[in-house]
Amino acid sequence: MSAISSLRDLTYERQLTIRQRKGRVLEVIAFFSILLGIAILLTLLIDVFLDGLPWLHPRLFTEFPSRFPEKAGLRSALQGSIWLMVFTALMAIPIGVGAGIYLEEFAPKNRLTEFIEINIANLAGVPSIIYGLLGLGLFVRGLGLGRSLLAGALTMTLLVLPIIIVTTREAIRAVPRSIRLAALALGANEWETARDHVLAYSMPAILTGVILAMSRAIGETAPLITIGALTYIAFDLRGPLDIFTVLPIQIFNWVSLPQKDFQNLAAAGIIVLLALLLSMNAIAIWLRNRLFIRW
Amino acid sequence: MNENHQVILETRNLNIYYGNFQAVANVNLQIPRHKITAIIGPSGCGKSTLLRSFNRMNELVPSARTEGEILFNNENIYDPSIDPVEVRRRIGMVFQKPNPFPKSIYENIAWGLRINGFRGSKSDLDNLVEEALRDAALWDEVKDKLDQSGLSLSGGQQQRLCIARTIALRPEVILMDEPASALDPIATLRIEELMQELKNNYTIIIVTHNMQQAARVSDYTAMMMLLNHEERVGTVIEFDRTKTIFTNPKDKRTEDYVTGRFG
Amino acid sequence: MLRKTFGQELQQLKDNTIELGQIVQKMLLQSVDALKNRDIEVSKQILDLDVEVNRRRFEIENQVLVLIATQQPMAYDLRLLASILEIAGELERMGDYAKGIAHINLRMGDAPLVKPLIDIPRMADKSCDMLNRALQAFLEEDEQAARSIPSEDDEVDSLYLQVYRELITYVIQDPTTIERANWLLWAAHNLERVADRVTNICERTIYVVTGVMKEINSSDDEFKTLQEED
Repeated sequence: MSAISSLRDLTYERQLTIRQRKGRVLEVIAFFSILLGIAILLTLLIDVFLDGLPWLHPRLFTEFPSRFPEKAGLRSALQGSIWLMVFTALMAIPIGVGAGIYLEEFAPKNRLTEFIEINIANLAGVPSIIYGLLGLGLFVRGLGLGRSLLAGALTMTLLVLPIIIVTTREAIRAVPRSIRLAALALGANEWETARDHVLAYSMPAILTGVILAMSRAIGETAPLITIGALTYIAFDLRGPLDIFTVLPIQIFNWVSLPQKDFQNLAAAGIIVLLALLLSMNAIAIWLRNRLFIRW
Repeated sequence: MNENHQVILETRNLNIYYGNFQAVANVNLQIPRHKITAIIGPSGCGKSTLLRSFNRMNELVPSARTEGEILFNNENIYDPSIDPVEVRRRIGMVFQKPNPFPKSIYENIAWGLRINGFRGSKSDLDNLVEEALRDAALWDEVKDKLDQSGLSLSGGQQQRLCIARTIALRPEVILMDEPASALDPIATLRIEELMQELKNNYTIIIVTHNMQQAARVSDYTAMMMLLNHEERVGTVIEFDRTKTIFTNPKDKRTEDYVTGRFG
Repeated sequence: MLRKTFGQELQQLKDNTIELGQIVQKMLLQSVDALKNRDIEVSKQILDLDVEVNRRRFEIENQVLVLIATQQPMAYDLRLLASILEIAGELERMGDYAKGIAHINLRMGDAPLVKPLIDIPRMADKSCDMLNRALQAFLEEDEQAARSIPSEDDEVDSLYLQVYRELITYVIQDPTTIERANWLLWAAHNLERVADRVTNICERTIYVVTGVMKEINSSDDEFKTLQEED
């Protein structure tokens, strides 16, 4: 009896040591993995800052692109990016949030709804160049919008819609069912429940998702190149049907020029783009921490 | 029930199904007005399902189907002409886990009043909110922090806020689905004591896992049991005064359950 | 108090018990009065009152059991309920003693009393006074009073001894009085038992307050020969 139990104890002791050792090895591997990621990111950032910082000058924001690096700026690209965002947001947010609410709150649970849900989830994973091709066929040629800002914004809308729909649904799903039941038990109808509770409480999460989707849009290049966003524009944007360029395309353009100064200018452009992206993400994080409801 | 209590809710041959599966069979109950009626029984015997049929909350499960009648003041609440929203205003519900809205304490109560068509002045609304909080024995604890979130309260206070929110609408019946199972013993006793005060003005139906709680708080007890273990169909096997159920039940199964010999 | 309703029910039960005690006191005093005045009507009423006492006792017992079954009483509450159960039983027995005295009066019919009643009414007064104060002590949870009342039992005992000796002398003088003397002795004995049972009530009061269940010994050793198991 005691021999058996001591034997069992011995086996147990040995296994425990092995298990603990395995755990420690994995811990070390994981630590080095993250170290590697941070190291690479830091190298990139330092490289970009070393090249770009001397060129980070007010001129960068006020001047149009130019053949001369010391006169060149991001004015038209910044305008393009900002307006593209505004138009994309105007179209994508109402449609995306609305679709998300409908699917989560009101859609009947049937095959069609399921089919749509699966498609939206898959769309979020489609490479962006495909959206570019769709935009080219549908908006640029089909609707005859040409290579305009509007065609770009519509393409971007398609690109970010699945993301917004999915994050909206997730935000809505995070509102506990018990809250809905509480509202319904007070004699509210479904619309009143959705408006005053479900939407109200999921809004911060929806906004966060929207901002993240927009920051994705601002960094996208491929679909815009596909629809033919011009790379050299030396005038202010005149309207939604005007041709346009955006920050990443301008940067891409400068990088491809042979002169060293343009390379550095591109680095400065990258800093601007990074600053824009990071501040949008920061707003998203701030919103999340500030307004999220801890159930 | 031999005494002449006025009946406020009566079920007639009530059967509840989820899809093809029958959850509750053949319930015929008469719920007396201004009394506390407890529904007890082992897990999964359909207690909550039965409770939710009283204010048509079952319908929120798409596959749920109800047969038979539930007469509320002699009017069938399952009649096609009746709007479930109206039923729920008059038959309120308090849930197992306290679920205040993540709004201010004030708003938690005012919201229900507003969506149910309150159009009076701010001071009228203030009065109604205060009255509801007083009736729920919460006013003294929260009167200085009405603008704080309902979620900032303790569990027991949250549950009393949920009760206040319900009684603000002056329903006739309050359904309680294990209202104290998430609370500590002291908060539980507070809720139970509150129920004793509420029964002067409201009819209360409470589902509880806790037999002792049913014994403590209720005037009448409905004992539910699975009729058939394979199909898991529940029904009410005995309904009587609580003291009879706990001292001298008629049904052997009730006796076995309340004495802990069930199984 | 958190469990106000339960508290009210306990109070109600206490009040019912006191009320029962008051009826029993009335029965005891009236039964002796009726015996003294040879009043058959009053004695008959006492038989009716006994039925009422029994009914009330069962009602109290039932209320206690329902509260134990439904309210899960603990500590003080449980002691109180257990004590009420016991006290109601004691009171019911006291009612039986009064009934016994009423029966004696009815059985005596037209036969005259062996002697005028002096000490027996005193015994009745004394034991009822003890009972009254014991119930008061129970109601007020007055541990001090509950401890002191049982010692007064001696007074009743000595009255009983006096009645006993007196009746013995009557019987020795005139053996034909033996039956009638026995009846009176029986009545006195009943009253003596009432005082003993008051002690039990006091013990319960002390138990409710302190949680200690202990017999109070009144100094009755010298009367042991007279006391019989009830």
